[in-house]
Amino acid sequence: MSSQIVSLDNLMAAPSPIRGGCASSSCGSSARPEDVEPTIWEKIKDHPCYSEEAHHYFARMHVAVAPACNIQCNYCNRKYDCSNESRPGVVSERLTPEEAVKKVTAVAAAVPELSVLGIAGPGDALANWKNTRATFEAVRNTIPDIKFCLSTNGLALPDHVEEIAGMAIDHVTITINAVDPEIGAKIYPWIFFDHKRRTGLEAATILLDRQMRGLEMLVARGILVKINSVMIPGINDAHLLEVNRAVRQRGAFLHNIMPLISDPAHGTHFGLTGQRGPTPAELKTLQDQLDGGAKVMRHCRQCRADAIGLLGEDRGQDFTLEKLPATVAYDPAPRQAYRAFVAAERGDRGAARDDALRSVGAVADDVRLLVAVATKGGARVNEHFGHAREFQVYEAGPQGIVLVGHRKVDAYCMGGFGEDATLGPTIAALTGIDTVLCAKIGDCPRDALAEAGLIVTDAHAYDYIETAVGKIYAERFGRTAAVA
Amino acid sequence: MAMSINADDCTACGACESECPSKAIRFKGAVYVIDPKKCTECQGAADAPQCDEVCPSGAIAKAA
Repeated sequence: MSSQIVSLDNLMAAPSPIRGGCASSSCGSSARPEDVEPTIWEKIKDHPCYSEEAHHYFARMHVAVAPACNIQCNYCNRKYDCSNESRPGVVSERLTPEEAVKKVTAVAAAVPELSVLGIAGPGDALANWKNTRATFEAVRNTIPDIKFCLSTNGLALPDHVEEIAGMAIDHVTITINAVDPEIGAKIYPWIFFDHKRRTGLEAATILLDRQMRGLEMLVARGILVKINSVMIPGINDAHLLEVNRAVRQRGAFLHNIMPLISDPAHGTHFGLTGQRGPTPAELKTLQDQLDGGAKVMRHCRQCRADAIGLLGEDRGQDFTLEKLPATVAYDPAPRQAYRAFVAAERGDRGAARDDALRSVGAVADDVRLLVAVATKGGARVNEHFGHAREFQVYEAGPQGIVLVGHRKVDAYCMGGFGEDATLGPTIAALTGIDTVLCAKIGDCPRDALAEAGLIVTDAHAYDYIETAVGKIYAERFGRTAAVA
Repeated sequence: MAMSINADDCTACGACESECPSKAIRFKGAVYVIDPKKCTECQGAADAPQCDEVCPSGAIAKAA
């Protein structure tokens, strides 16, 4: 039990900056980004995927009740499942709705950060509508305040929008990789629609048309829609600008560009034919081009259809069916306590962020700095370098401090036997990064990284991320700019 | 005549079960199986066997 609530303990135990006489009730809203309306903020503030801010605090869980799919994508093959893999469409254990409810109840009791239940496959949530609906209905009876979210390829979407709206599913994600059927046909070899397998242009035309129709219908009912697009170099990378325009026009709330995950070992068509995925730099360039459109999501982790936890982590293996107790009871107290804590913490962080933004805004030159941060949640620099499985990447400049992505790494420290051999991939994963912030790092890896041109520091341990990044940026450029 | 599922290729997604107009497909053990007594190969119900049309892993063919 104690190990299961460790993340809450850690967050609460993190040293808190001195409160400047600002009650959380009056300052809590300062965490709301200025460009988000209050009614929308209410919907997204606890949803880790829809709000970058929320992803520091809240966890999602997916239940794999939707194994069947009604289309085939060239980047998907669900035959091969490895539990160390984080990619959509992959799942270790399929659940009946009854099993799913039991699992959600157990997770809600043990993970107070839990705020969202999503159904994302491993097939298509709407191609398995009976299971999806039964799961949501039963969970609603047990845990009334959990948010529902589903993910679909859109083919069956127009048929289910009424019911989705009726069930208070506030968030729907549609994967849209193209708006031009010629390009779609290179991504989707076939769809199953109206009792027939359809291929080529016919398939892509039907699918893309129904995706757009579904999007329009959801927006008309006030449901927040996120569009996921898989960036496939040479196939739809340039075309995604047009996709962005099309979905923005129709009222999509968020556009999430995800890099193609391609590996021959996954057995996907793209993997087997050597289609490569984009580099982090290519992904960022495209995301930068789209900024200013529908808001671009940059904190997606492309999680599995049975992922559990904060976005950067997956505790799915802690909650497999065989590990669940025979009976599980739901206790709302831990989640309520955690929410109260987050409300206060958000107020503090909002004030700290305002300070940090003022400090970077004072730099005259338009110089940018990429800083990688080891964090385990709470928007703080609070993870040891050797334990980090990913680094969040922040870009600092006079215009602000923005999360622009993340870099996955293998944990350098495996049970206390850190070996230099594993630093090579970490250094490669951190290409383009100037400074790495962490809660702690040993002398050896620090020196090795310094040799590779990476500054790693634990001087800002447990600070808010924006505060730490702001300090580093101001120290580096503030004075030199003033002197020069 | 009936369709049958090759257990080695079946991913147990169940897409075939919900498309079968004859309710001939059931989950058994780790994979789905087709009851040859109930299977009509969709004759009179659809242009082609629905299970084969929807199967993502090419696991379904006419029984030998």
